[in-house]
Amino acid sequence: MNLLEVKHLKKHYDTHKAVDDVSFDIQQGSIFGLLGPNGAGKTTLLRMITGIFYPDEGQIIFNGQKFNPENDVQYIGYMPEERGLYKKMKVGEQTLYLAQLKGLSRKEAVQKIQYWFDKFDINSWYNKRVDELSKGMQQKVQFISTVLHQPRLLILDEPFSGLDPINSNLIKQEIFNLSQQGTTIIFSTHRMEQVEEICDHIMLINKGHKILDGSVKQIQQDFKQGLFKVGLGTMPNPAQMATYHFNIVQTHDKAFTVKMNEDSSTNDILLHFIRQDISVTYFEEILPSINEVFITQVQQTENSNAPVAALPLA
Amino acid sequence: MEKIWLIIKREFFTRVRKKSFLITTILVPLAFAAMIIVPILLSTSSSEHKLIAVVDKSGLFENKFPDSKGVYFKYVQNQPIDSLKLHYSDLGYEGVLYIPEFDINRPSGFEFYSSGQASITIENSINKDINSIIEKKRMQLQGIEPSKMDEIRSDVEVTFKNGKDEKKGSSWVSYGVGYASGFIIYFVLLLFGTSVMRGVMEEKVSRIAEVMISSVKPFQLMMGKIVGIAAVGLLQFFIWGIFITAIYSLIPLFFSPESMQAAAAQGNPAQTAEMVHRMREVIGSINWSLLVPCFVLYFLGGYLFYSALYAAIGSLVNEDASDVQQLTIPVTVPIIIGIMIMMKAVQDPGSPLAVWGSIIPFTSPMVMMARLPYGVPGTVPYWQLILSFVCLIGGFLGTTWLAGRIYRTGILMYGKKITLKEAMKWVVRKP
Repeated sequence: MNLLEVKHLKKHYDTHKAVDDVSFDIQQGSIFGLLGPNGAGKTTLLRMITGIFYPDEGQIIFNGQKFNPENDVQYIGYMPEERGLYKKMKVGEQTLYLAQLKGLSRKEAVQKIQYWFDKFDINSWYNKRVDELSKGMQQKVQFISTVLHQPRLLILDEPFSGLDPINSNLIKQEIFNLSQQGTTIIFSTHRMEQVEEICDHIMLINKGHKILDGSVKQIQQDFKQGLFKVGLGTMPNPAQMATYHFNIVQTHDKAFTVKMNEDSSTNDILLHFIRQDISVTYFEEILPSINEVFITQVQQTENSNAPVAALPLA
Repeated sequence: MEKIWLIIKREFFTRVRKKSFLITTILVPLAFAAMIIVPILLSTSSSEHKLIAVVDKSGLFENKFPDSKGVYFKYVQNQPIDSLKLHYSDLGYEGVLYIPEFDINRPSGFEFYSSGQASITIENSINKDINSIIEKKRMQLQGIEPSKMDEIRSDVEVTFKNGKDEKKGSSWVSYGVGYASGFIIYFVLLLFGTSVMRGVMEEKVSRIAEVMISSVKPFQLMMGKIVGIAAVGLLQFFIWGIFITAIYSLIPLFFSPESMQAAAAQGNPAQTAEMVHRMREVIGSINWSLLVPCFVLYFLGGYLFYSALYAAIGSLVNEDASDVQQLTIPVTVPIIIGIMIMMKAVQDPGSPLAVWGSIIPFTSPMVMMARLPYGVPGTVPYWQLILSFVCLIGGFLGTTWLAGRIYRTGILMYGKKITLKEAMKWVVRKP
């Protein structure tokens, strides 16, 4: 079941189209990665999903019904990239206040705060003022205040920026936990290694347009280039390597990266080595990283979108 | 609605619990009280005796200067003025008054020597005394008996009554009350207006605004802040009101019959009693039951009118605090124009400037408060009061609407400097 369906969403500013006809669905309980370079329209898109902005055109369906910001914000937790807390307020009061604004009763809020403060082992911070905490500590408090009301949709914009590896891991673990409990998560970033690790599904946008969208595995399959790495017992002499089935792209120490011809199969490659009596120690497919897909796709759209600017002035 | 209540509570309690709230709330009335009471206490219980040496070469002034208010005159005949000028303070004198021999028709050459600048009261009383003595002398020369002159002199004071019930009034009291309340309104508009602006800036700069806006509507956030700060102001007025009534009822204790007599010993006892009586009469002559509610309404109306604009300005400011000065000008200028019209209105409450100033909502809270003590419906007809209120209510609905539309966009705008012109475009744009 889809928790969120976005249909032909558009948002224009005076001078440019921040989001131009973007559609996608997010399955309940999945972790959805929203990727794009700076200024791609990610924040505008998220602000529309959180009810901060109204779309110019298009529709947002939340939990099977037309999105109603007034009521639905209580089911959404949003940690914006530009985050902050009231600096002079005490940590406990602050989380209580933010939880109550999300519709929790005082009693519920206190219970939930206790649960999370125990979990992160930060009970001693309760009466500290926010500006007495380090940036990383503030980030933890921010995360807690985002998830306190058990949102059905959790939106995290660059959740790991400014966190050390230990705290990054802690938050990452919580993201997985929440996802297992059925929370749907939108995860916006431009750190690709995290995307491959965390997300089930990704969408890439640039200049307000959706460029691609699919599961991480599917995208890697779609963009693979027939590259394989073959580990060898002994390095053959070049004469032994003449074949129709593949070209050597790169030579390593006791290994080759090869590009397979389109009408050949992996067994053709293996057979070649076996016939030459070269022992194969390992054989693996090289899938493109999301990072590579991201860069090539962004570059392609940049070029196709701005052909005029690319022409020489002569 | 529940959310806005939470916001109001937060804004209210974070301010009320601050030390600075306690300090301003308690110190301000104490300072006011001290300003009123200390000079009175000083003047009544003054034990200081100032002795002034008088060297009178003309012989006209011997024992003619009346001793009063702790100032005493001693006539020194056989000392040369030059040595006295040098040594008067060693001899225990505050100063030396030198009166030369002079032509009664062309008096000149009177001099007063003291170490510092003579106080304005001493200067005035010496001038007055010398002139009256010379006048008397001249009258004698013209053949007019001074006692005759006292019979001729008139000292009538017109009693000004106003309204149907012929209340005794005094334009000085109306002036004072009008000026004070107009000024207080001016002061609180600036004070609480900037407080709202700083609150908005804090939310924007600390980047909590977006977190908040994902839970509440921008308008709720803005109004919650405005109402919360208004509540702080009202609480402050309430506490001050209690203080002032307490002090007012304590005044008779300070001026017990004994202290009154002590004060009277230096002046005229009947005069002092008369003064206290008149003070009470004057305070009673003001229509407090009209003025106090009007003050609260004009405070609230004016505050809502301006604080919304201040909130909008706060939402436009980025990290660079120097923008504040420039951006607040369009809001601060009308307030300053208001105080200037108020100063005119308090002198001439019926002038067209005062009338229109008290109707247009930009200036009405200040100007109307200056006019009201002169009497309703005498000076301010009912229609003007009602029109002024209607305009003010319409005005603040307008400014909050306008400000809300600027605020919701401004609060999320980071980075580039925003001009007012751009901000005005947001008013008509969809969020």
